[in-house]
Amino acid sequence: MKLYCLSGHPTLPCNVLKFKSTTIMLDCGLDVTSTLNFLPLPLVQSPRLSNLPGWSLKDGNAFLDKELKECSGHVFVDSVPEFCLPETELIDLSTVDVILISNYHCMMALPYITEHTGFTGTVYATEPTVQIGRLLMEELVNFIERVPKAQSASLWKNKGIQRLLPSPLKDAVGVSTWRGCYTMQEVNSALSKIQLVGYSQKIELFGAVQVTPLSSGYALGSSNWIIQSHYEKVSYVSGSSLLTTHPQPMDQASLKNSDVLILTGLTQIPTANPDGMVGEFCSNLALTVRNGGNVLVPCYPSGVIYDLLECLYQYIDSAGLSSVPFYFISPVANSSLEFSQIFAEWLCHNKQSKVYLPEPPFPHAELIQTNKLKHYPSIHGDFSNDFRQPCVVFTGHPSLRFGDVVHFMELWGKSSLNTVIFTEPDFSYLEALAPYQPLAMKCIYCPIDTRLNFIQVSKLLKEAQPLHVVCPEQYTQPPPTQSHRMDLMIDCQPPAMSYRRAEVLALPFKRRYEKIEIMPELADSLVPMEIKPGISLATVSAVLHTKDNKHVLQPPPRPAQPPGKKRKRVSEDIPDCKVLKPLLSGSIPVEQFVQTLEKDNCVPG
Amino acid sequence: MDPECSRLLPALCAALADPRQPLADDTCLEKLLDWFKTVTEAESSLLLLQENPALVELLSHVLKSQDMSSRVLSFSLRLAGTFAAQEDCFLYLQQGELLLGLFGEGGPQCWAAWSVPTVRSGWIQGLRSLAQHPCALHFLADSGAVDTIFSLQGDPSLFVASAASQLLVHTLALSMQAGATGCSGLWDGVWPACAQKIMGHLEESLQSTAAPQVTQALNVLTSTFGRCHSPWTETLWGQLCPLVARLLERTPIPAAHSLVDLLLSVARSPALSSSHGRLWEAVAQALRCLSPMQAGSLALGMLKLPHCPQALRVQAFGVLLQPLACVVKATAQAPGPPGCSMWPPGWLDGAEGSSLTVDTLLSSKSACVGILCQTLAQLEELQPLPQRPAPWPQEPLLGAAVTILRLCHGSATSSSSGGGRLCATLAGCVRVQRAALDFLGTLSQETRSQELEKEVFAVLSEYLGSPDSSPTVLKKAFQTTLRWLLSSPRTPGCPDLGPQPLLFLRELFPVLQKRLCSPSWEVRDSVLEFLTQLSRHWGGQADFRRALLASEVPTLTQQLLQDPESYVRASAVAAAGQLSSRGLQAAPDSPEHPQAQQGLLGELLCILSTDSEGFPRRAVVQVFTEWLRDGHADVARDTEWFIATVLQVVSQDLDWEVRVQGLELAQVFLVQRLGQPRCPYMVALPEAASATPIPEVLQSLCRLRLFDFAFRALLDCDRPVAQKACELLLFLKDKTAMCGGLQEAGDIPGSASGQVTLQRWRAGEQGQLPGDLQPEAMLALLRSTDLEGLQARLAQSSDHMEKSPQSLLQDMLATVGVLGENEADCY
Repeated sequence: MKLYCLSGHPTLPCNVLKFKSTTIMLDCGLDVTSTLNFLPLPLVQSPRLSNLPGWSLKDGNAFLDKELKECSGHVFVDSVPEFCLPETELIDLSTVDVILISNYHCMMALPYITEHTGFTGTVYATEPTVQIGRLLMEELVNFIERVPKAQSASLWKNKGIQRLLPSPLKDAVGVSTWRGCYTMQEVNSALSKIQLVGYSQKIELFGAVQVTPLSSGYALGSSNWIIQSHYEKVSYVSGSSLLTTHPQPMDQASLKNSDVLILTGLTQIPTANPDGMVGEFCSNLALTVRNGGNVLVPCYPSGVIYDLLECLYQYIDSAGLSSVPFYFISPVANSSLEFSQIFAEWLCHNKQSKVYLPEPPFPHAELIQTNKLKHYPSIHGDFSNDFRQPCVVFTGHPSLRFGDVVHFMELWGKSSLNTVIFTEPDFSYLEALAPYQPLAMKCIYCPIDTRLNFIQVSKLLKEAQPLHVVCPEQYTQPPPTQSHRMDLMIDCQPPAMSYRRAEVLALPFKRRYEKIEIMPELADSLVPMEIKPGISLATVSAVLHTKDNKHVLQPPPRPAQPPGKKRKRVSEDIPDCKVLKPLLSGSIPVEQFVQTLEKDNCVPG
Repeated sequence: MDPECSRLLPALCAALADPRQPLADDTCLEKLLDWFKTVTEAESSLLLLQENPALVELLSHVLKSQDMSSRVLSFSLRLAGTFAAQEDCFLYLQQGELLLGLFGEGGPQCWAAWSVPTVRSGWIQGLRSLAQHPCALHFLADSGAVDTIFSLQGDPSLFVASAASQLLVHTLALSMQAGATGCSGLWDGVWPACAQKIMGHLEESLQSTAAPQVTQALNVLTSTFGRCHSPWTETLWGQLCPLVARLLERTPIPAAHSLVDLLLSVARSPALSSSHGRLWEAVAQALRCLSPMQAGSLALGMLKLPHCPQALRVQAFGVLLQPLACVVKATAQAPGPPGCSMWPPGWLDGAEGSSLTVDTLLSSKSACVGILCQTLAQLEELQPLPQRPAPWPQEPLLGAAVTILRLCHGSATSSSSGGGRLCATLAGCVRVQRAALDFLGTLSQETRSQELEKEVFAVLSEYLGSPDSSPTVLKKAFQTTLRWLLSSPRTPGCPDLGPQPLLFLRELFPVLQKRLCSPSWEVRDSVLEFLTQLSRHWGGQADFRRALLASEVPTLTQQLLQDPESYVRASAVAAAGQLSSRGLQAAPDSPEHPQAQQGLLGELLCILSTDSEGFPRRAVVQVFTEWLRDGHADVARDTEWFIATVLQVVSQDLDWEVRVQGLELAQVFLVQRLGQPRCPYMVALPEAASATPIPEVLQSLCRLRLFDFAFRALLDCDRPVAQKACELLLFLKDKTAMCGGLQEAGDIPGSASGQVTLQRWRAGEQGQLPGDLQPEAMLALLRSTDLEGLQARLAQSSDHMEKSPQSLLQDMLATVGVLGENEADCY
C-alpha cells in the first residue's frame, strides 16, 4: 500500500492511494496562496496600482520592470494570478481510477486533473459538494475572466532570475508549474465526470475495495471516506468539525478500528476558538458601524458566511444595528443563499426540523425578506443605486487579489473609520494586505476555522484507535511561531507517519489475507480430518478462478476423456489439463519408499 | 402539659397505634417529637407518663404488634428514648421491661421492620436520647446494644452509619464521665467496662486490613477528640497513637482522608497539649507519606494552628508550595535550580522527599487541575491569617500565579518538555484560570516590586483582551484587576493612580470598548460592573477622566441602557448613573436623538416607568438615591419635582424591591430636610442652622405626597415594604414630636378616615387612604398610630399564629378523621 503525496498544503490535500490494485485520488485541493505574489486585479481602473514603480535589480538592471512592481517594500508580479497545482510528475495521473472528494474547498484543482492528464476514471462526491464546488469555481473563473489582463509574465520564473528576486518570490516552489485559471468549459467538463453519492452509501470499486462517504460535520455535504476490503480498512479524514454549526454532525463511530487513518484538514488556527472569534467579529463590526465606518468582510460565497449571517441575525437588534444595510456581493451570491436552503437533508438536526414547520432552515431568508441583507452579482448595476453607507459588505475573494473586494479595499482603505475583518483562515492577512499598503483602515483578524483542533483530534484518535496514523508533516510538530506549544501537534502511539509534498509513503501495512469463495460442489467433496481438537484440515484440489478481484475455487476439471468417444463441446469452459495426481503429504514411510525405489531399479547397486 | 393537649392525646395515641390509620404528613411526627422534647425539658417525664397512660400504652402496643408502620415504630423508639433520658422515668419504663423489649436483643432487631433504615435510625436515636445517666450505661452493656451499634457502623445507610458512630462517641464519653464521678470527680485511670469494650473495638478496627473498618474507627476518634476535652482523652490518644502511626506505614495508606481529619482533630484539642510530641511525629510522617492532595489539607490545618512547632510549619508550608514550585520549575527557561531558588531558603527542603514530582503532577489532566486548584485555594485561605508563615514568599507566589495563568492561556514559553506538557494540560482550563485569578487577587494585598506589578498587569491585559477568555474567567479577571488597581502603591500625599496602572488603564479602554459590544451578555454585564467600580474610585482623577473621555466607553454605556438583556440594562443604569455623577457622561453628539434631548435623568425615569423587568427599575431607584445623596446637578435643580415624580412612579411599581428602594430614597430626602435621626446615646448637638423649619417641611412633604406614599406603603401586602415604611414614619414621628401648635387628632378632616383605614388594616382588611391630606391631619395620624406596635408585629414571622402544639394535635387528628371518612365513603 502506497501513498503518493501531491500537495504539501495540509488543508488542501491531494493524495493518491494505491491499495489492492486500485488507484484512488483523495481530494484535489488547489493552493491559491500563490496568488498572494501577484498584484490585485482592480475592477475599476486604479491609478494607484497602475502607477506602481517597476522593480529593478540591485545593480539597477530594470529588465523585469514590466513584470514586477514594487509596493511598500514588497514586490509583486503584474500578471494574471496563477495557482500552484498538485504534483503531476510523481505518478501517472491517467492511471487514477477514482477521485474521492471530501468537501467543496478540496476540489478546486479538479479541472486541471480531469482535463489535462488523461484521466478516464470517475469522481465521487456528494450533491452539495458538487453544487457549491461549482459555485466556487464559477466565482473564481468569473473573477479572473472579467478583468482580462493583456500580459502574462513568465520571465521572472526563469530559475536563474528567480534566484535574484527578493523573498517571498525567491522562495516560491515550483513556479514553472503554476498555471492560470481554468475556463468555464473545463469546469463543466470536469463536473460532468462526477458521480453523486450519499452518506453511508457503499460503492464497489472493481470488486476489490468498497468506498463509503461519512458525514464530517464541516460544511454542507462534506465527507470523510472509508476505503475497505474484506480484511483492511483505511479511513480518510479531511476537513471535519465537531462544533454545532449548520452541517450534519460528524460520524465518528464509523472510523473505529481502521488499519490506517489518513488525517488532513485540521484547523489552521489552533489557538483561536471559533466562539471567541465570532464574538470579536461582532464586537468590531458594531464598533465600526456605530462610529459611522464601513465594514468589509472578505469571504468565500459559501460556508462560514452562513453562520456569520446567523450570528448577526441574532446580534444586530441587540446591538442597535437594525438599520445598517448588509451587502453580499458575488457572481454566485443568489445561488449560494438559495442552495443553502434546499439541502435540508444535509443539515444539522435543528435546521432539518425547521423544514417541516415549514420554515427556511437558515435565518438569512428573513434578513433578505426584511431588506436587511441584500445580494448582488457584482458592484456594477443595481448595487450602485442601492449602496448606502455605513454598511457591511461580504465579498470575495479572501486573498484580496481579485473579485469585488479589490474595489472596496481601494475605496475604503484610506479612511481609519472603516474596518476590514478577516474571517477566512486560508490566507495570512498581512500578506493579503501587502499590496494595499499604506492603509489607513483598521484591520481585524478573526479567523473562524471550525475544523478539528488538536484536543479534539487526540480524543478522536483515542476513540477510533487506528493502527497507524498518517498526516502532513505540519501536524507532527508545534507551529513554528509557537514552538513551545506541545499541545498543538498530534500526539499518538505509535507516532504518526508524516508526509510532505512530492513524497511517496510506503504504508507499514501488509495485506495478509484474501477472501476466496469455494463453489458448493467443491465444498461438498471435502473431507476434513481433525488433526487436533478444534482444528480440522482437508486437502483440496481445485482451480483458482480470478475475475474482477473476486477469487473463486472451482472443482478441478474431469480427466480428459479419451478422444473420439465423444465430441468435444465447444462451450466447455474448463480448460483441459492433465489428470491430477494425488499429492504427497505427511512423513515418508522410509522402508516402503526404499522398497519402491529398489523395485524401480533406482538404487545404485 | 396543657390540659387541652392532655385531652387530645389518648385519641392521637390510639390513632398512631392503629396500623389502618395512615398518617397524611411525615413531618407531623417530627413536630410531635420536638414538642415532647420541650415538654420533658420543662417537666418530669415520669409525671407525664403517669398522667397520660395512653403514652405507655402506645409503647407497649408497639412492642406487642409487629405490624406497625415503620414510621410509627421509629417514632416510638425515639419517644421512648426521650422519656427514658430522665433516670426515674428510665427506671419506671424498665420495670415494665418496656425498654429491654424496645432496645434489647429480642426487640426490633429481630423484626422484619429492621430492614427499613428509618427504624434502625430511630433505634439509634432513641438510645442516644436515653444514654444520659449511669443506669443507661449498665443497660447498654447488659442489653447487648453496644455490639449492635458496632455492626451498625457499617450500615448501608449513611445516616444510620454516621448516627451509630456518633452514639459510640457519646457512649464512650458518658462512660468515662460516669467512671470519673464515681469517686473523686476525677478520672482514676481505670477504664469502665463499657469504655473498655469500645476501646477494644477501636483498637481492633485500627488494625484491620479492611479500609471501611479503619475509616469507621478513625471517624469515631475524630469526633471524640473534637468533642471531649477531658483528661482521659490524652490517655486514649496515648494508647491509640502507635496504631495510628502504623497506618501511615502501610501502602497504600488506608482511609487517608479520615486520617487527616483525626490528626487535625487531635492537634486542635486543648486537652492534648502535653502529649503533642508524638502527634507532631505522626503529622510529619503523614505529610511525607500522604498523596499531595491529602497532604495539602493536613498542611493547611497545621499552618492554621497557633502552636504548631516551627519545623513542622516549614514542612507543611513546603507541602503547600510544592505544586507551584513544580510548575515554576517545569517552565523555568534555564536548566538547573533557578525555579527553586526563588523560594525562600528552607521552605521546600522538607518537601524534597515528597512524592510530588512534575511527573506525578502531570500524570493526568484531572489530577493536575485538581491539585493546582486546591493549592491555590489553600494558599488564598492562608494569606490573610496572622499565623501564616513568615517571611511570606510573595514574589515567588506571584511569579507562580502569573506562570499558571500564562500556561492556561498558552502564552507561557518553555523549552523544557515538562513545560510543554504542562502547557498542553492546562491550556484553556477554566477552573485553574478562575482559581489562579482569585489567588492573584489575594496577593494584591501585599507589597511587590514594580517589575512584578508590570508582569501582573501584562497577564491581566492578556486575559481581558483575549477573545478566548470565557465570560466567567473574564469576570474574575475584572475583579482581580480592580483589586490590583486599588492596592497599587500611590505616590505619598497624592491620591492619583501610579504610572503603571495608568498606562494599563489607557490600554484597557479600547478593550472595554470592544467588550461592551460583545454578543455575550455576561461579558457586557461584567464590563459595566467593572466600569462602575473604576469610576467610583478614580472618577475624580484627571488622567483617568482624560483617558475615559477619549474613548467611546461613555457613549456605549449610554447605548446599553437599551440592551435587550435586563441584567445588562441594570448594570448600564448603575454605570451611567455613576459616570454622570462624576461628570463623565457621553457628550450628546447627535442632538436630534430624542434620548440626548431628555438627558440621562429623563432616560432613567423612562426606564423606571416603562421597563418590563425589575432589575433595571431597581437599579434606577438606587442611582436616584445616590444622586440625591451626592447632590447631583440634575436633582439639585428641582429636588421637589424630582422626589414627587420618582415617588409617584415607584408607588405604582409591582416589584416590592423597587418600592422599598423608593422608601429609602424618601428617607434620604427626609434626613436631608430634617437632619440625622436622633441617637439616644448621643450628646444632643445644637440643631444645624440650615435645617428647614418643621412646619415648612411638612407642607412640602404634603405637596410631594410623601405622606401618602409612606402610609400607602404601610398598608403594603409585602412585609419588607411595610417594615421600611414603618421605619420611615417612626423617624418622621420622632422628628415632629417636638413640633407643637398643631391641632389634635380627630378634629381634622381626613385624619378620621385615615384612622379607620388603619384600624381596618389591623383587622386584616386591605384599604386605601383618602387623598389630599393636610399637614395637620397627617401629623395627627402619625401621632395616633401605634407605629411601634406595628413594627413589633411586622417583625414576627408570618407563621407565628399556627405553631401551637394544640393545633398540631388537632391537625393530626383531623387528618386521621378525614381519612377515615373517605374510607367509609368507599363502601
